[in-house]
Amino acid sequence: MTKTSMNSNLKRLFSGPFLAFILCGTLVPLGVIAFYGFTDRSGAFTIENIMAIATRNHAQALGLSLGLALISTVICLLLAFPLGLILKDSKLGKKGFMVFVFILPMWMNFLLRTMAWQVLLERNGIINIVLKSLGLPLLDIINTPAAVVLGMVYDYLPFMVLPIYNALIKIDKNLIEAAYDLGADKLLVLRKVLIPLSVPGIVSGITMVFVPSLTTFAISTMLGGGKVNLIGNIIEQEFTVGSNWNLGAGLSIVMMVFIIISMALIEKFDREGEASMI
Amino acid sequence: MKNLRKGLTLALAVILTLGLVTGCGGGSKAGENGQIYVYCFGDYIDPELEYEFEEATGYDVVIDYFDTNEELYPVIKNNTAKYDVICASDYMISKLVGEGLLAEIDYSNVPNSAYISENVKPFMEEFDPGMKHSVPHTWGTYGIMYNKEMVNSADIDSWEDLWDEKYADQIVMPDSMREMYMIAGKVLGYSMNTTSEKEVKEMTDLLLKQKPLVYKLANDSARDLMIGESAALAVVNSGEVLYSQELNENMEYVIPKEGTEVWTDCWAVTANAANKAGGEAWINFMLEEDSAEDNFEYLTYAIPNTRIADLTDEEVLNPPKEVLAKCETLKNLGAEADDMYSKYWKEYKSK
Repeated sequence: MTKTSMNSNLKRLFSGPFLAFILCGTLVPLGVIAFYGFTDRSGAFTIENIMAIATRNHAQALGLSLGLALISTVICLLLAFPLGLILKDSKLGKKGFMVFVFILPMWMNFLLRTMAWQVLLERNGIINIVLKSLGLPLLDIINTPAAVVLGMVYDYLPFMVLPIYNALIKIDKNLIEAAYDLGADKLLVLRKVLIPLSVPGIVSGITMVFVPSLTTFAISTMLGGGKVNLIGNIIEQEFTVGSNWNLGAGLSIVMMVFIIISMALIEKFDREGEASMI
Repeated sequence: MKNLRKGLTLALAVILTLGLVTGCGGGSKAGENGQIYVYCFGDYIDPELEYEFEEATGYDVVIDYFDTNEELYPVIKNNTAKYDVICASDYMISKLVGEGLLAEIDYSNVPNSAYISENVKPFMEEFDPGMKHSVPHTWGTYGIMYNKEMVNSADIDSWEDLWDEKYADQIVMPDSMREMYMIAGKVLGYSMNTTSEKEVKEMTDLLLKQKPLVYKLANDSARDLMIGESAALAVVNSGEVLYSQELNENMEYVIPKEGTEVWTDCWAVTANAANKAGGEAWINFMLEEDSAEDNFEYLTYAIPNTRIADLTDEEVLNPPKEVLAKCETLKNLGAEADDMYSKYWKEYKSK
């Protein structure tokens, strides 16, 4: 046996668990979802479950989901980029301490953290008790879309901070110094050096915040008080209460298409960004 | 009525499922009378009872837990795990009976069935005539729990009070389709099991009128909002009331005069139980006076057992007959009606 064929056999062996995982964890479930999505209860082929997205209630929920996910993503980006810049230049950032502090909450289950916000924001919750004792006006955002956005931003901010921070610390210091030497002011350095060079980080940050925000149903249930109806909630209801798995699966397929489209758009933006850097 | 204290249950379920796996292999060295497999709502019996039953009867017990009836159904339907005895709600019992998945109970093995209280029997009749396949474990009602410091007690006696604008932003309603339609139906005089689209549409319009007054749609957390006094009125299940009153003495519970939903969660033996006699022994044991008392103290849900009647004689747990006469039981309506309800419920949710 030659060395190369042994190598390739070994590779195949090692890739086995991975392939099995892909098969059982991704391809088979996708097949099952597609099967349910394109059939009705009796098992006959139909595209009604897919077209159902066009009905007013579903379209409205999808629109709201897209809107809230977009707002959360923009807020996360506006918070995360300056934070990345601060962390990049601070001593604490370099030692990884601040980054550690940012990741720390992620060690706790996100449902628990969302539930904590529910307790904090409730009408007689901790925040309002403090505000009341200080004689300040009360915060009344629980059970509104604003609270859902707050929850999304809180839960997903670390996913925006980390890739942006990683992209920023990789930027060669000499490039920045060269820009200053050539007479650029801070704003120009930001616009022409820092932002373009951190595009890959920004793009993966956007994807990692936008996609889970778009599909969440837990955050809207807990902080929206059952009154903020996202497409995720509708799909969840079809599986649990409505017991119409076919419709739930059909709407899930539509969601996947939406995610693929948005990722493709972001990807395109990413490549253009890289091209302009050169 | 089902999904309290989930976290612990989940941990227990994992441990016990592991037990089931190893138990299957070991097989014969079990308790002297063999094993029984129990499938029950999480945290729905006093855990001590499992060991007491083993000691009293010589059976070896393996319990698995689930959270909702909808989780139980595919497991029993597809026979993915062999359980001898299960606990399920009224409408699910009738669905399982309809599909031939439950065995008839041999009441000579359940002598304690003599102590099932009479009040619950008319409701059992609605989903399991003659109690052929099931025996009640707990039961209760839905009603309005209010804070007597924030709401005048004399004002609350009807479901219509939940439409009163003076309680704007103070009301917690259930985030549960069928219960919401039950409430709207009682106001309009329709059955909670109606399949008339016209009536469902009318009820949806009525619920939409109330929506601006609703602080939150919530199930398990409703009682916490009440205890914390973030809301003044909430629709809750009667089993939550004693617990809430322990933590906040201002809590009062009323069953509206139009009547309400009575729910019953029952024990039943599966059609292909490997140990039917063992399952019946389990049911009989749950009807013992001590077990009923332990379960009541552990759950604070009403246990329909005449031997602990003096413990549960509060009106919260034991509504008077004239109120019960106006109550209904949730029925399984079939896929077509489910889709119709679901369509209008989404309409309600998205507005």
